[in-house]
Amino acid sequence: MNNDTLIPHLGVVTDIRIDTPDVKTFRVEAPEGGKVFEHMPGQCAMLSIPGVGEGMFSITSSPTKKEYMEFSIKKCGCLTSWLHMMEPGQQITIRGPYGKPFPVDTELKGKDLLFVAGGIGLAPLHSVINYVRDKRENYGNIQVVYGSRSMEDLVDYKEILEEWMADPSIEVNLTIDREQPEWDGHVGFVPNYVKELNPSLNKTVLICGPPIMIKFTLAGLKELGFQETQVYTTMELRMKCGVGKCGRCNIGDKYVCKHGPVFRFDELSELPNEY
Amino acid sequence: MLMMSMEKIDDLFALIAEKQALYIPADNKDGAAEYTRWSEGVRYSSALNTLRSAKDFFFPQTENLVDFKMNGKNIEIIDTRKEAEDFVIFGVRACDAKSFTILDNVYLSEPVDTYYKTRREHGTVVTMACTKPAETCFCGTFGIDATQPGGDVECASDGKNIFFEAKTEKGKAFVESISSLLSEGDTSEVEKVKENTKEILAKLPLANLTTDAFGGDKLKEYFDSDKWAGLSESCLGCGTCTFVCPTCQCYDIKEFDTGHGIKRYRCWDSCMYSDFTKMAHGNPRLTQLERFRQRFMHKLVYYPANYDGEFSCVGCGRCLSKCPISMNIVKVMKALEVK
Repeated sequence: MNNDTLIPHLGVVTDIRIDTPDVKTFRVEAPEGGKVFEHMPGQCAMLSIPGVGEGMFSITSSPTKKEYMEFSIKKCGCLTSWLHMMEPGQQITIRGPYGKPFPVDTELKGKDLLFVAGGIGLAPLHSVINYVRDKRENYGNIQVVYGSRSMEDLVDYKEILEEWMADPSIEVNLTIDREQPEWDGHVGFVPNYVKELNPSLNKTVLICGPPIMIKFTLAGLKELGFQETQVYTTMELRMKCGVGKCGRCNIGDKYVCKHGPVFRFDELSELPNEY
Repeated sequence: MLMMSMEKIDDLFALIAEKQALYIPADNKDGAAEYTRWSEGVRYSSALNTLRSAKDFFFPQTENLVDFKMNGKNIEIIDTRKEAEDFVIFGVRACDAKSFTILDNVYLSEPVDTYYKTRREHGTVVTMACTKPAETCFCGTFGIDATQPGGDVECASDGKNIFFEAKTEKGKAFVESISSLLSEGDTSEVEKVKENTKEILAKLPLANLTTDAFGGDKLKEYFDSDKWAGLSESCLGCGTCTFVCPTCQCYDIKEFDTGHGIKRYRCWDSCMYSDFTKMAHGNPRLTQLERFRQRFMHKLVYYPANYDGEFSCVGCGRCLSKCPISMNIVKVMKALEVK
């Protein structure tokens, strides 16, 4: 049994963290403990509550985390609303990992990295950031620019404050869209902030966030002189199978679940603008 | 070549059905041919083609994937697959036989779809050469020879006799299993019939349609064509074309609560439907233009890009005769074609 990718595995939700008013992070382990399967940063998994539905989510935790996987999930539709109602101990089904990861051990190795994330777009980059932090010697300068609508909407704010900002080997720049009394950091949209920070042109950039943020950030980077071959992003479209067979997540001849979700912008610009 | 008198066809069916499930084209009450499980009294239809394609045998319209039993916070995952039975599909036409290889490219590539693979392994495809191609036929456009339909066993008839030629190991075993009904016979008559069929094929209205203008490298030529708006304008989004199409292979995964547990099943889906790509936060294909374009770009550009230049159409002509607004891939190819 369990010899077809469409037959899922069992997972147990062992911990639920409330990150923001509409984002929770779910820790998933195998019923016998440990991870259900191994993955690489940027890969995804199909999570399901049978009877409700199945959906593709990026794996938020780094593969260097040996005990469990985590998923930061925004309440957005039917399945995610059900997931948000779960309590610890609830079993779910999980299958994967799916898709092509960020090339952390090849193209990104030895590079200076700039991560640009907006809102829940931190979820897929979170895995990469912790992966490169755990293998710090393999990478050059690391900078993270992360923004959300408000302080409350910053996903994983506690971890960012206590771990990333306390880590002298990486630079973290946070921003929120509008002024808040308790906030003494940067205020403004992510694309403008990136331009203000004027990152050096030798950096390789990994972007994830709302489409509009990605669009303007990319435009800003190009103005600064970045090439499309230096910038990676990760895509999301409706998926059912996860393995390039059910036929719905394609952009041109590329299936996001199989050829993506990670694309370099020069690859994306070869494809039709249908996403 | 080994042959059998047409008069013995019911004996042949009885012999095959002793060992395996047998499906043959038979006319339904409306006079259209449909694959029907053979039993005493079911008559073979010599109709040019079946209403629905033969893809159902390997990629059924609905199929159970897995069951779940929910118990409080616990879930039990139950693989309900049983050992599949061997079966024979008799009388498959060249277009449908070719469609299996197009589905194979998708479902047998890694990671292999084991549901599909199991059916493929258990099925024996016995084809039948066409003798009366219709005006909607254009299999030749895709390099298919209607007089040499392939499959595990290739059959041809001269009206009096059926000739059998095994094409695969499975086919050899099949021919061996029916050898008591076969004898060596002269093929000169059937060769004449084939030549006659080729003459008809060469004179069909779509005989000159070619795929020269299409292929995996043509995305930029056609994606933004101004022809899509006019072509898709009358499309009802009914999905009939995708359902009768032998090469349309997209599916949905859905669930059904039986009251005693959850059944997860897959079923045919259509890129022509508005909810095909709809997500909680939006839909990348908002109008019928995008959906219509997806279907034909997939067949003429995306599929060839992913599978060595092969097109995802076999020219069976079902969409030509079934579309309620008379739109079809031939019209799309002719309208788009940049020479």
